[in-house]
This record gives sequence, structure tokens and C-alpha cells, in this order.
Amino acid sequence: MEEEQEGQGSIQESLKRIDNNIWEIPIGTKPGMNVPGRIFLSDKLIHNLEPEALDQVANVAMLPGIQKYSMAMPDAHLGYGFPIGGVAAFDEEEGVISPGGVGFDINCGVRLLRSNLTVDDVRPVMKELTEKLFQSVPAGVGSKSRLRASDSELDDIFLHGSRWAVENGYGVEADLEHCEGGGCIEGGDVSHISAKARKRGKPQAGTLGSGNHFLEVQYIDQIYDQEVAEKFGLEEGQVTFMIHCGSRGTGHQICTDHLRTISQASKKYKIALPDKQLACAPAQSDEAQNYFRSMICAANYAWNNRQIITHWTREVISDIFRSDMDELGLDLVYDVAHNVAKLEEHTVDGKKKNVYVHRKGATRAFPPGHKEVPQAYRDVGQPVLIPGSMGTASFVLHGAEASMDISFGSACHGAGRVMSRAHAKKEFHGEDVKSDLEKSGIMVRAAHPSVIAEEAPEVYKSSSDVVNVVHDLGIAGKVARMMPLGVVKG
Amino acid sequence: MQNSDLEYEYLEHTADAKFRAYGKTMEEAFENAAVAMFNVMINTSKVDCIHTEDIELAAPDIDDLLVDWLSELLFIFEVDFISFGKFEVKSITQEDGECKLSARASGEEIDLEKHEIDTEVKAVTYNDLKAEETPEGFMVQVTVDT
Repeated sequence: MEEEQEGQGSIQESLKRIDNNIWEIPIGTKPGMNVPGRIFLSDKLIHNLEPEALDQVANVAMLPGIQKYSMAMPDAHLGYGFPIGGVAAFDEEEGVISPGGVGFDINCGVRLLRSNLTVDDVRPVMKELTEKLFQSVPAGVGSKSRLRASDSELDDIFLHGSRWAVENGYGVEADLEHCEGGGCIEGGDVSHISAKARKRGKPQAGTLGSGNHFLEVQYIDQIYDQEVAEKFGLEEGQVTFMIHCGSRGTGHQICTDHLRTISQASKKYKIALPDKQLACAPAQSDEAQNYFRSMICAANYAWNNRQIITHWTREVISDIFRSDMDELGLDLVYDVAHNVAKLEEHTVDGKKKNVYVHRKGATRAFPPGHKEVPQAYRDVGQPVLIPGSMGTASFVLHGAEASMDISFGSACHGAGRVMSRAHAKKEFHGEDVKSDLEKSGIMVRAAHPSVIAEEAPEVYKSSSDVVNVVHDLGIAGKVARMMPLGVVKG
Repeated sequence: MQNSDLEYEYLEHTADAKFRAYGKTMEEAFENAAVAMFNVMINTSKVDCIHTEDIELAAPDIDDLLVDWLSELLFIFEVDFISFGKFEVKSITQEDGECKLSARASGEEIDLEKHEIDTEVKAVTYNDLKAEETPEGFMVQVTVDT
């Protein structure tokens, strides 16, 4: 065994059950922890979690100014620095900001479009629909958009997010109302974005990318909460479209660039780091704020990216069904970020305060009445979108009361990997996975066959197991389940 | 134990790709790390080396230099759509608190039919990063975000 594996048996043994679905890593399990770790897992899922991911939860607990707990959602798995599925909030004054708590794919996220189409309308044209979506939405390694943003357009995108797309004919005003934060975080600053990040960003506005990103045609096969489903405009048998992607090369480059300055700042401010990927700087330092304002620009780029893809998706559907988007009811239900840091107001020890909430592979799940939930959904809580793995169910939930208390208003973001990409490619062949999915009525179109093997349904935890944990905890309640009909992948 | 002929090997990582690369010199370990990373992305044995790119980098320390080296290659891959198959790290020097690298990478423009695109590498992480001298030579360890 490698020497770095040492001591990890003890971290598993130290896990304390606090409640059904809540496990704690007590302070002191690793030296230097400022708060306990909290992991939200059912008995079934606890056996799937790698000990190294627990170690990462404990490492995050060592960062200065962390509030309440270092948390991991039920879909948590080993990441780099922070675990994937990690949530951590830091005091606005005493805390830190860490690029590793957001990740390279800044504002990777998910959006859901509804429609007036039924599964019976769509099944006969699935092959054509999947193919045309694949042709219209650039996907895969090195894919470039039909759009070429100029420097000033890129600045607009960085500062205004989805609004740029809507103002340039790639969407409607209602899309902004039905998006987390209106499709934009205010306070972006382009002056600390490198020439490299700009160069990568220009040709990629409106591209899906590769890896786990996808565009999926789905239908609702089960409604769990009729009242909330009606509020979200969802009903059984209805066809939906899910878009999963992020800020592409520009986000990767912004993270890479700022990791360097933040890592130097960690030394300058004498912050002891258990892992260099946890590099962080005091929240109010220039280094942290320069990163944060650049991260906002990447987050805005990602919302704009998903908005442009939404427009091209609508065009394809309108073309195939020879109706306009209003008749087809192609409305945006919601759009959530799942790799981002945000300055939010939360209650800690009975006092309201501002904290930088880092969600890395976790979504917001704001409850009913929260001022940041769109007016249309204010009395039921925000839609929480949980994509499944390729070929498995995805879910819509609604943010519930306990989220603010338990998890800084956060829920899980997906199914969570259990098998590495390299292992998956040895285990599965893309063509076999594709033909198995097609036999069960799911069309798959991918830029590269290897991506199908890497993303085979078996390499992920079951999305329903993960969703049941957040439902049972009262973080987010189940509303609807969607089954895939067709998938476009990079 | 490190086999003296082994150029690189992949380690298990659930979400990402992690590898170790070896060399008789640090330069050689850097070269092998680049091959290991490109083999995650593409079948490098099908890359003809008809285009060369000279790369000069400076970083605060050897870890940062390793990240910069691989990040620079990723940047060229994405922006110029060039895949590399061969790497020659001419020198790595450390002086006056700075680490410098001089290298030449050779490859060609990506042809999707010919090159068999595999996993997209998003970025090079600092997670569990190592660049060190071992009893057998030099070893670098890298986790890339995929």
C-alpha cells in the first residue's frame, strides 16, 4: 500500500451517526479541524463512499473561518482538494475564498425546459430529433460555436450572463426570470481575466463540451407532488429537455490562472494547507476578491452558454414539429449552478451573517419564501434539478425548509461516480452500451464513442438513492421523475 | 517498486485521471508526464510530428512549473487544435528563486477521423502533486480534471 493511505482506516472508524442520513467526522479526527465534517448519506450509500473522500471533507474543515460544518452531499465522491459534492461556508470577514471549492468548470450547471409535447408525440421522431440536436449544438473535444464573440461582446457576456443572449435574440425575458439569480451574478470584473481565458472563451459560447455534459430529451413518468408540479408547469407524460454544461475553456483557464496567485497568497498570509489544491486567501484580500470577481465572469459565461444552447434546442424542436416555441410551450422551468461560490445571508448561531458558500458539485435548494426564489415559485421553493447518469432517471425537487438549517440551503447535484473513467473503459465498450440503451428505447448520439463507455449507467450511484436522502432530510422534496428518450453527448 | 524501464503509469481515481511519470532526469519525467496526459485525451501513436512548438516557461517552484508545462500544452491543444505526440524538454533550471523550462513539443493538427479522441482533460490540478528525486531517478505525479 502507498504511504498516503495510512490512517484512513481510522477516519472511517471515527464516523459518528448523528441521525438517519447524517454522519459526522468529529473535530480532532485530523489535527487542525476547525469544525466537524457532516456527511449526508443513507446506510445503503455509506458503503460506497471512498475513505479518501472522507479525508477531503476533514481537510476542508481545517480552512480558516469555516462555519458550522464541512459538508458532503449524498452523491459525494473523491475530488481534488474539495470532494465532489462538497459544501462549505466561510465568514465574509474572517473566512477564506478557495478556487478549489468551486472547481475548474465554474458554474457547471443544469437547466430544464418543459414542453406541451407528450412522449407519444416524440417517440416516432426520436432518431431525427437526436440527430438534429447533435448537428445544431456543437459537442465534443475542440468543438467550436457558430458564434464568434468579439472582445466587447465577451465583456458583455462576462458581466451580464444570460442577458446578453436574450438581448441578442437567443431567448426571451421569461428565461431570465426562471434562472438562478436571473442568469447573472452582479459584481464581475474583467480586469483580472487573462488573454488566454479570453482566447478560449471567444469560440465556445454555445458549446456543450465533453465528459459528463449532455443534452437530453426526457419524459415525466412519475409525479410525486401534484401541487408543486403544477406550479413548475410539469405533468405526467410530458416531454422535457435537460441541458448540462458549464463555462468551458474560459472557466478552466480562469481557475488555473487564479490558483497560482491564490496559492502564493496562502503562503503570504501563512495559511497551513493540508493539500495544495485547497489553496485559499482571506476573503477580503485583493487576491481572493480578484479571483471571486473573475469567477463571477466565468459563472455568467456559463449561464449565457446554456441560454444559447437553449435557443438552438428550441429551433430544432420548432423545426421538427413545425410550430413556434409558444405553441410548443418550450418554457424554461429553471437553471441551477452546481460549481460556484456565492455571497449569501445565512443564520449561524442564531445570528444572520454573510458567508461565502462554496458549492462544488452541489446545488442551491432555497426554501419557500426565500427572496432569491423567483416570484412564480416563491411559495413552494426553488426547483432543484438533479440529472441522472446516461440512461437513468433525472429528478425535479423543490427546495424545502430544512435546507437553510442543515446545509446552507444546498442539495445534491447528481448521481455521483463510483467507477473511474479509465476503469469504465476497460469494463464497457461504447458501441455495446449504445446498443443496449437503444434496445431500451434511448437514442444516443456522441461525438466520440469512448465517452459513452466512460459514462455508462453502471459507473454512477443510483440517482434515486441519492435523491431519497435529500428528500428524507427535508432539504428538498421530490416533485417529478424524468426518464431519458435521447441523449446528445460530447 | 518502480520498474526502471517504466515511463508512466495510471493510478486509480474515481472522478479524474491520475498518473505517475518517471525519468532518469527531471526533464525526462516531464516529457513522460506530457505523454501520459496526451494519452488520456488521444491515441498519441497516431500523431505525426510535423508541427513543432517551442515552449519557454518560468514558475516560482518545480510543482508550479509542472502544472504550467502541462497547462500550456492543454491550452495549445484547445485553442490551436493541435495534438502533440513527442516532447523534448531541453532543460529545467532552478536559480534565483525561479524555475525555468525550455522545451519543444511536436505534433499535428487534430483530425477527428484519424486521432481517436478519448477523454477531455479540463485542467491540471495541484491535488497530490509531486515532482521529486527518487532512488531510481525522478518521479512526477499529477491529477488532471476530466
